[in-house]
Amino acid sequence: MLKYNSVNELAIEAEKRGITISELAIEDQAESMEISPLELYEKMEVNFEVMKQSVSEGMKKDQKSMSGLTGGEGYLMNSYAQNSGGGLCGDFLSKAIAKALAVAGCNASMGRIVAAPTAGSCGILPGCLVSLYEDRNFDEKTLIMSMFTAGAVGMVIANRASIAGAEGGCQAECGSAAAMAAAALVEVMGGTPSACADACAMALSNQMGLVCDPVAGLVEIPCIKRNVSGLVIAFSCADMALAGIKAKIPCDECIDAMKEVGDAMASTLKETAGGGLATTPTGIKLKEKVFDE
Amino acid sequence: MTRKNVSQIRFLNNKGETVNVNVFDIIGPVMIGPSSSHTAGAVRLGRVVNKLIDDRPLKKLEITLSGSFAKTYKGHGTDRALLAGIMGYKSYSPEIRDAHEIAKKRGIDYSFLKENIKGAHPNTARIQYFLEDGTDGMMQGASIGGGNILVQRINGMNVDFNGENTTILVMHEDKPGVIASVTNMMHWEYEDLNISNFHLSRQEKGGEAIMTIEIDGLPPETIVDEIRGIEHVKNAILIKRV
Repeated sequence: MLKYNSVNELAIEAEKRGITISELAIEDQAESMEISPLELYEKMEVNFEVMKQSVSEGMKKDQKSMSGLTGGEGYLMNSYAQNSGGGLCGDFLSKAIAKALAVAGCNASMGRIVAAPTAGSCGILPGCLVSLYEDRNFDEKTLIMSMFTAGAVGMVIANRASIAGAEGGCQAECGSAAAMAAAALVEVMGGTPSACADACAMALSNQMGLVCDPVAGLVEIPCIKRNVSGLVIAFSCADMALAGIKAKIPCDECIDAMKEVGDAMASTLKETAGGGLATTPTGIKLKEKVFDE
Repeated sequence: MTRKNVSQIRFLNNKGETVNVNVFDIIGPVMIGPSSSHTAGAVRLGRVVNKLIDDRPLKKLEITLSGSFAKTYKGHGTDRALLAGIMGYKSYSPEIRDAHEIAKKRGIDYSFLKENIKGAHPNTARIQYFLEDGTDGMMQGASIGGGNILVQRINGMNVDFNGENTTILVMHEDKPGVIASVTNMMHWEYEDLNISNFHLSRQEKGGEAIMTIEIDGLPPETIVDEIRGIEHVKNAILIKRV
């Protein structure tokens, strides 16, 4: 059985056997959970279904968070993408940005989401995969399988470092989600397992040091928009890896560095709303607006 | 007494052990947002009370929020999550958002109080419930992150369980031999049942006492009736993973 303590080892094992990381992971998980691979696949299919629903739920014009601080971002971005011919980022990417906003907004409005790996970072993986499904006609089965690759990478990060903002800052939440998504994207594009690991490493490097500083302690500001940066990083790092660009620092070392940075981070910057954007004059005003009514 | 066939005992996973992180801990769970600790964990705390109530009609609830729960409950929907859990909804039920309306429709008289419970974890809730049949009870627990919970007090007595494993709560009179009667019966009737954690608490010598028994795997529901039949046992409740 796999130990999930090295992305490098996962990639080497998959390449040795001529299979994908997702095939390796589903086989291993089936064995350790004593569930058939088909049942595991079907469970993941349900998760993908929920992701698609969160996209459409969060895309509604009147979507509003519980606190009232945020809402409607997915709708605005999607309308802009449609009406401006894709804006600066182009049709596909701006619509993907809208999807990440929609899912993160769905979460903030007490809608149903799939934590991936957490609720705060729940927009990144669906933003990437649902976009490929809806806007690029990718095969659904390939996309669902790639979620096992994302999951395997996430397990290594959880085992080696952390996926909790309270322990490692936002780099551990949105950073991990982007790394997981980057690996999945490389796989669905037919990249090698080691290219998956490269994409992962680059995504982690690009969010190294990101703090968790939620205004009023709520999963809204800046979390919803950080799902967008995570998504863009996932796409760009996957494309770099597919282009043959190698990560100069191996993935496992990036994870260890992320842990070291997270440990060194002040506790005010780890989900306590004690610093960063949370304690800016406007951040404090917004907090008072929510809680002093 | 005849021993029950081992195959009647269903296990949660391969060897009845707590499994390490699996792929669905990372891609999942499916949950109602926005926060695993302030929303999903709060639903699970509520669900413990739902098990304690055991389908008896509920009349009134007094819910005390402490620490971060007291400060941020509105924006996280912690109040809705606790109510929904008490009414039996799960952390992925879309009804959580409408928990206030559903509770009112069910005629439940509920109130939320803010109080700093001394020495408690920052995300602590104390739920007092009053039933139509005149009985009442309380549970205090904390949401400790990532949707994980810790149940700390029931009816004024200390307990200690996390709702991950199968837990049997036995309310009984503090009399010699009751623990032995319960555990002997469990071993005799269900030979594969393994106790992974045991905790006893009592109000006073000879008074009301509570056993918290965590076990590997999932026993048949009948085990509760069998424990209830033991002398000096007042009630037994089986709490599967909440």
